[in-house]
Amino acid sequence: MQFEDEPVTPGDPLPIRPGHSSFGRFERVLRSGGFAVTAEIAPPDSANPAEVYKRAALFDGYVDAMNATDGSGANCHMSSVGMCSLLTRRGYAMVMQVSARDRNRIAIQGDVLGAAAMGVASILCLTGDGVDVGDHPQAKPVFDLDCMSMLNMIRGMRDESRFLSGRALDEPPRVFLGAAANPFAPPVDYRPHRLAKKVDAGAQFVQTQYCFDIGAFQRFMAAVRDAGTHEKVFILAGVGPLASARSAEWIRGNVPGIHIPDAVIRRLQGAENQQEEGIRICIDLIHQIREIEGVHGIHIMAYRQEHRVAEIIERSGVLGGRKLWRPSLDWKDGEWDQGSAVAAQDALSNKPVAQKLEKVS
Amino acid sequence: MYRMRQFSVRHARGLKLLYSALERVLVRCEPMLRRIGYGRLDKPFAQVESLTKGFLLDSQNCGQCIVGFTGLSCPMNCPKKMRNGPCGGVLADGTCEVVPGMPCVWVLAWEGARRLNDAQVPLQDVQPPVDHQLIGRSAWLREVRIKVEDSGHAV
Repeated sequence: MQFEDEPVTPGDPLPIRPGHSSFGRFERVLRSGGFAVTAEIAPPDSANPAEVYKRAALFDGYVDAMNATDGSGANCHMSSVGMCSLLTRRGYAMVMQVSARDRNRIAIQGDVLGAAAMGVASILCLTGDGVDVGDHPQAKPVFDLDCMSMLNMIRGMRDESRFLSGRALDEPPRVFLGAAANPFAPPVDYRPHRLAKKVDAGAQFVQTQYCFDIGAFQRFMAAVRDAGTHEKVFILAGVGPLASARSAEWIRGNVPGIHIPDAVIRRLQGAENQQEEGIRICIDLIHQIREIEGVHGIHIMAYRQEHRVAEIIERSGVLGGRKLWRPSLDWKDGEWDQGSAVAAQDALSNKPVAQKLEKVS
Repeated sequence: MYRMRQFSVRHARGLKLLYSALERVLVRCEPMLRRIGYGRLDKPFAQVESLTKGFLLDSQNCGQCIVGFTGLSCPMNCPKKMRNGPCGGVLADGTCEVVPGMPCVWVLAWEGARRLNDAQVPLQDVQPPVDHQLIGRSAWLREVRIKVEDSGHAV
């Protein structure tokens, strides 16, 4: 969302509102009751910043925040700290993912301070996939913390201004804390309790695993509502387009934690254009998820289909006319291009998807 | 292969009662333990623990045992060393995503925790990260010491 007190210099913090933990736009959107939209940005296998900006531009004007993944699937890519450092300087709202797999408590606390200093306002704490599933199975799995103890630790840094050791911080990191949730993995009846425990540990928002099984997700949410957890945490349901029936079956058989019901695969099989059907299924799921009480937004993970995220959001109508922040095209190398104030205004208004996509590609 | 772990979880209540009895005895003997010296007792105690808990629970001797909170399923057998609940990668049949065929320690923990008829759900206590300085030391002596110190030496 575009706020009236947006900083003049992109990347400067917004004023922290009363009752808010962070200076970020993402927390503001959720706390003002907006149905938030986030998307996962794929980090490049490259040291070229232009590649990062290009990938971010795909979502311009369509998402409230982007998640920078941290070695997802235990595969090596540009770090989430690096991604966030580049993108926060352009004013993007970032959710920095931190995995416990690769770093111990000393490294993570250092990264949290560094990231907050760079303008990261939201952090998602993850345990992380095992190294065995990734491209470096020979690596040492660290797992000094788990997602819960990480949440607890960063909350202590923020609220009590101290490291885990108890040593005092001069300036605490003002971050909005998040966690992941998988409502579909066994033990299924424990999952709502696990969410409540993450809230106790410090989670203020959660982003879920892909929700393809609406029935199972509704049952999960019913248990969450019974416990009153939905009033203590913002829940963003994970969605994403499937490329084909074959890839859906592959994901189901090979990626732990992703549950795809037979009905979804049958619907893909029956379609003439399976990729288009995948997009339609995703849009239908967004509509169904929006109706579920206690869900505060969606999180789009469109692996290798990032270029279609804007279209999915546009067609689903999930923004409901909300005008989202987007970077100005006239901010270059730390200075405004004074000559084109009109163009800057124009850049702030949402342009049709097709036109925008053309520009990117 | 994981039969003993599953046995212990099924008998979580009995084993927990057994441990509580042992702990009461140790707490009562605490002045004597203190006289002999905790430092001197640590190694033999750790060895006894390693044998008994190793046999029953596949204990990994972390020296800060929390199986009382986890339905008698040792969380250090989790390849991600998760001490606060199951990750999102548990397979549909309840086995581990990392170690093929191993029942998820947290699926077992949830089963065991429901057998312990504690009114509170002990799985819900947020556990601090592992203190690596305690690995390999006696968890029982540490517990006894904490219990006695908490009660202000009033035993």
